[in-house]
Amino acid sequence: MLTKRIIPCLDVKDNRVVKGVNFLNLRDAGDPVELGAKYSDTGADELVFLDITATIRSRKTIVDMVERVAENVFIPFTVGGGVQSVAQIDELLRSGAEKVSVNTAAVQNADLIAEAAQRFGNQCVVLAIDARRSKTRPGHWQVCVKAGSEPTDIDVVEWARRGEQLGAGEILLTSMDADGTLAGYDNELNRAVSDAVNIPVIASGGAGNLDHLYDAVVEGGADAVLMASITHFGNYTITEIKEHLRDRGLPMNL
Amino acid sequence: MVVVIDYNVGNVKSVCNAFRHIGCEAELSRDPAKIGRASGLVLPGVAAFGYAMEALGDAAEPVKQAVAAGKPILGICVGHQLLFDQSLEYGPHKGLGLVRGNVVPIPPEQTIPHMGWNLVEFPEDMDMELFSGLGSAKHFYFAHSYQAEVSDEQAHIAYTDYGSPLTAAVQKGNIFGVQFHPEKSGKQGLRLLHNFYDLCNRKASC
Repeated sequence: MLTKRIIPCLDVKDNRVVKGVNFLNLRDAGDPVELGAKYSDTGADELVFLDITATIRSRKTIVDMVERVAENVFIPFTVGGGVQSVAQIDELLRSGAEKVSVNTAAVQNADLIAEAAQRFGNQCVVLAIDARRSKTRPGHWQVCVKAGSEPTDIDVVEWARRGEQLGAGEILLTSMDADGTLAGYDNELNRAVSDAVNIPVIASGGAGNLDHLYDAVVEGGADAVLMASITHFGNYTITEIKEHLRDRGLPMNL
Repeated sequence: MVVVIDYNVGNVKSVCNAFRHIGCEAELSRDPAKIGRASGLVLPGVAAFGYAMEALGDAAEPVKQAVAAGKPILGICVGHQLLFDQSLEYGPHKGLGLVRGNVVPIPPEQTIPHMGWNLVEFPEDMDMELFSGLGSAKHFYFAHSYQAEVSDEQAHIAYTDYGSPLTAAVQKGNIFGVQFHPEKSGKQGLRLLHNFYDLCNRKASC
């Protein structure tokens, strides 16, 4: 049986790891390569690096970073943020990433998912969705693009389903309402999406304590949990997280 | 010196990075002379089987000869699958035929690919030199859609449970294959690579 995965997420801006609340008020959390290596050594199952600067100028910086990460990190890692084209995905995979996540560019051009999946395999393509609770349609969420700054009319559950059909191998689902609040994941959202697709869903946004992680798996139906604040700032070690979840009955790589 | 076979497939660099990280000398090469002198060989691989076999090309013969002469070899993922007779992936395609068996699709009842960390159970008759010192945690990182169906009576097989048992590792004398990615399996994976390196050096100095 596959274990449930614990995935620290490193938001990278100007070559530093940062973490904010609701995508704002960024706080420095260290060097991406050093922090990545530390997580790799201490038992994380995977890592996600998101370039939140995502400007043309930052692209080269990210490729350099991915190469250095690959020399020091011996677990699978995903890279995303501002990825626009199959050529960029190719470059990131060649630099050492296992998977690449796409977000805004896939919303603008859904064929990007299909092209990337056909060329590199579904397992390399992660569809990242930034979701915000709809104010007008209760029980629904809107897809937001451009680092969450721009809401669209697209329904999150429908978009996830479409992403799977196009060939995405995984959904990285971030609740913008919960992100950085430490108040728990949006498990209604996680459950709605995980019930709608057969590919793994990574729950993201809101982890504040160990029971939140358990709830994302059990209530939300997530296959993996993403976290940042609670591990970057030393509140919990990966081992503490995994022991807690194992003791509550979840299959863990421990 | 372990030689990592250089053929144009993904993860060749990751395997070299991993050996460097644990202080083991490994060289990336497809030169028959270097393959002949190596203490052991690693055949990595992320690609479709047919593409990988074609990319291996004229390096296949020196690899087969070295293995026949008793040199240890470790196949990883598609490199592990190449050890067998043939694969049905976009196939059939012929493999190296070092271990009897075919590479077939994972049963479709589960999500494909089989991707993530899974527990590997090692049988008692397996040479545990490669897998020693791993403690109770024998989880490794997998990412594959095909698996080896082993028919070789001399081969020992370790399995992982994914609804049905999948071949996770195979060993036949000096031939080792792992379906998972040790270079991406954290500490356990690095330990396995170190074990292989030590095993090669011991055999070479005998």
